[in-house]
Amino acid sequence: MGQTIAEKIIAKAAGRETVAPGEIVTCAVDLAMIHDSGGPRRVKPAMEKLGVGVWDASKIVLISDHFAPCTDAESASILKLTREWAAEQNILNFYDQQGICHVVTPERGHLRPGMFAVGGDSHSPTGGAFGSYMFGIGATDMLGVLVTGETWIKVPHTIRIDWSGKFGVGVAAKDMALKMCATLGMDGGGYQSILYTGDTIENLEMMERMTLCNMAAELGAQAGLIEPDETTAAYVKAAGADPGDWQSFLSDPDASYQTTHKFDAAQLEPQVAVPHSPANAADIGDVEKAEIDQFYIGACTGAKLNDLKMAASILKGNKVAPGKRLTIAPASSRILIEATKQGVIEILLDAGAGLLPPGCGACAGYGVGVLAEDEICLASTARNFQGRMGASSSKVYLASPYTVAASAITGRISDPREVLAK
Amino acid sequence: MRGRVWKFGDDINTDVLAPGIYIKLPLDELALHCLESVEPNFAKQVKEGDIVVGGHNFGMGSSREQAAQVLMELGVAAVIAHSFGGIFYRNAFNLGLPAIVSRDVDQIAADQILEIDLRSGSLKNKTNGDELTSEAVPENLMALIEAGGLVPFLENKLTKKS
Ligand code: SF4
Repeated sequence: MGQTIAEKIIAKAAGRETVAPGEIVTCAVDLAMIHDSGGPRRVKPAMEKLGVGVWDASKIVLISDHFAPCTDAESASILKLTREWAAEQNILNFYDQQGICHVVTPERGHLRPGMFAVGGDSHSPTGGAFGSYMFGIGATDMLGVLVTGETWIKVPHTIRIDWSGKFGVGVAAKDMALKMCATLGMDGGGYQSILYTGDTIENLEMMERMTLCNMAAELGAQAGLIEPDETTAAYVKAAGADPGDWQSFLSDPDASYQTTHKFDAAQLEPQVAVPHSPANAADIGDVEKAEIDQFYIGACTGAKLNDLKMAASILKGNKVAPGKRLTIAPASSRILIEATKQGVIEILLDAGAGLLPPGCGACAGYGVGVLAEDEICLASTARNFQGRMGASSSKVYLASPYTVAASAITGRISDPREVLAK
Repeated sequence: MRGRVWKFGDDINTDVLAPGIYIKLPLDELALHCLESVEPNFAKQVKEGDIVVGGHNFGMGSSREQAAQVLMELGVAAVIAHSFGGIFYRNAFNLGLPAIVSRDVDQIAADQILEIDLRSGSLKNKTNGDELTSEAVPENLMALIEAGGLVPFLENKLTKKS
C-alpha cells in the first residue's frame, strides 16, 4: 500500500522502507530547534548531571524570542544563560533577538522537504509548510534529542483536509485555520498528522501556508503538512538551502487516510474566535461586536510579511480609534526590513500603531505588550486561552490581520470587507 | 497507586496549568498559580498522592513542560483523562508523572479514592466499588516511569554503555 508524505519521512528517519500507523519507532533527528524559554535554561542542568554535550551542534538551531528583548532582571538572566550555553556547546546557528523561531528557522534556510525535525515549541508544525515532518516537544524530551540525536514516535494516521475554491477579499489563511478549529475542535487532529490538500492550498503563498500548518497545533495534531511543490522549492532556494529531491516525498496516489474533511474556500467568511478558545470561532456576522482595548498584530501566526501587508491594506489613510491601542510585533528582523522597504511599516505607524521589536512579544504573556486586569484584546495570534496574554482576568479574541486592522479603526470588532469595499 | 480525586472538565490547557505571566518564577512559586483561574483553592489544598482527573484534551496547548512539572511539585501522583494534548502526554512521562487514558472519567467524582494499576490498566473506584478501565501504559513509557523519568533513564543507559 502507498505511503503518505508523513509516513515516507518517518520511515526514512527510522531507517525503514515503510512504516504503519500505530507502530512505535525510533527516528534519527535531522534538525532540533530550541528557544530561550524551553531550551538552554531547562536542558543545561540535566546535561551537566549526565555529563554530556550535544550530539551534533550543526543540527541545532537556537533562537531567543520568548524573552527577547528582556524586560527585567529575570528575563535578562535567562538570555544570559542562553548565550553562555550557545558558546559552551558551540551552537553556530544561534539567532539572538532576530525574531520568532518558527519564522526565523525556515527564513535562514534550515528547513527542507523530507526532514524529520523537532522543535521545543508547540507551534513547530509550522515546519510542515516546507514539507518537513516537524513537531513540538517539551524540554526533557528535547534533552533526550540533544544528547542522543534520536526520539521515539508513534507513527500517526494521516488526516486529510481538502480545501477547494478561491476565497474572497478580506479573507485569509488565518480564517481557514479558525474555521477548521470551530468545525473540527481542538482535538480534531487527535495527535495525528494533518495533510492539507486541494487547489486552495496549492495557490497559497508560503507565508499563508505557514499560518495553516502553524495552527495544526490548535487542532491538536502532531504535525500539519503541505506537499512540497515549486512554490516550496523556490522559497527554500531563496533562503539559501537546497530543496533536494522533494518529489520523492510526495504522498503516493494509493496512500491511505484516516479521514478526509472537505472545506469550500469560496464560502469562507472572516472568522472571529471569542474567549477562551480558538474553537469558539464563528463567522464575523454572528459575533457580538465587542469593544476592544488592545489590537495586536503579532506572533509566528500573524505577523509575517503578508500579515503586515494585510493590516496595511486596511489601515492606509486610516487612524486607530481614539483611546485604543494597536500594537505590532513583526515576526522577524528580516520581515521588519522588508516591510520597511515596502512602506508597510510607515503606513502602520502613520495609523497610530506602536511598534515592538521582533519576537514573541505579548503573545504568550512572557514579553512586552501584555494586558492589564480585565482588558480585552483582539489578536492575530493563535491562542486565546484564559490569561494567555497577561493578567488572568484579561480576555483575548482571535482573528485575521485584516479583521484586527479593520477593528482597530472603529475600536470594536468590525468586518474588514466593509473597509476594503470603500 | 492509590489517591484522592481532584476533578476537572474538558480542555484544561497549559496556560491554566502554568500561566505565562508567572513562567519566569521558580517552580515552587509558579506551582502556587497552577489551575488558579479554574479552581483557586487547588494549589493550597492539594495533597501528596492526590490524583487529577480531567476530561478531553487535558494539557492541550503549549509545549511548556512546567504544565506537568507544577502538578508534580504540588504532589500530584497521576493524571487521568479521557484524552491528552500530545505534547503534555510525552512531557508527563519524561518527568515521571503517569498520564493515563480512561474513557470512564465521567464516572469519577471529586474526593473519591481511586486505585490504579498502570501496567494492566485496571482502575478501581474504592469509594463506591466501581470497576473502571484505563488503557495500559505502553512499554517504552513504562520504562520511563520505572526509572523516574527520562533523565534518570538516560543516566542508567549512559553509565551502562561506558
Ligand atoms: S509568537 Fe506566540 S505562538 Fe509563536 S512561538 Fe512565540 S509565543 Fe509561541
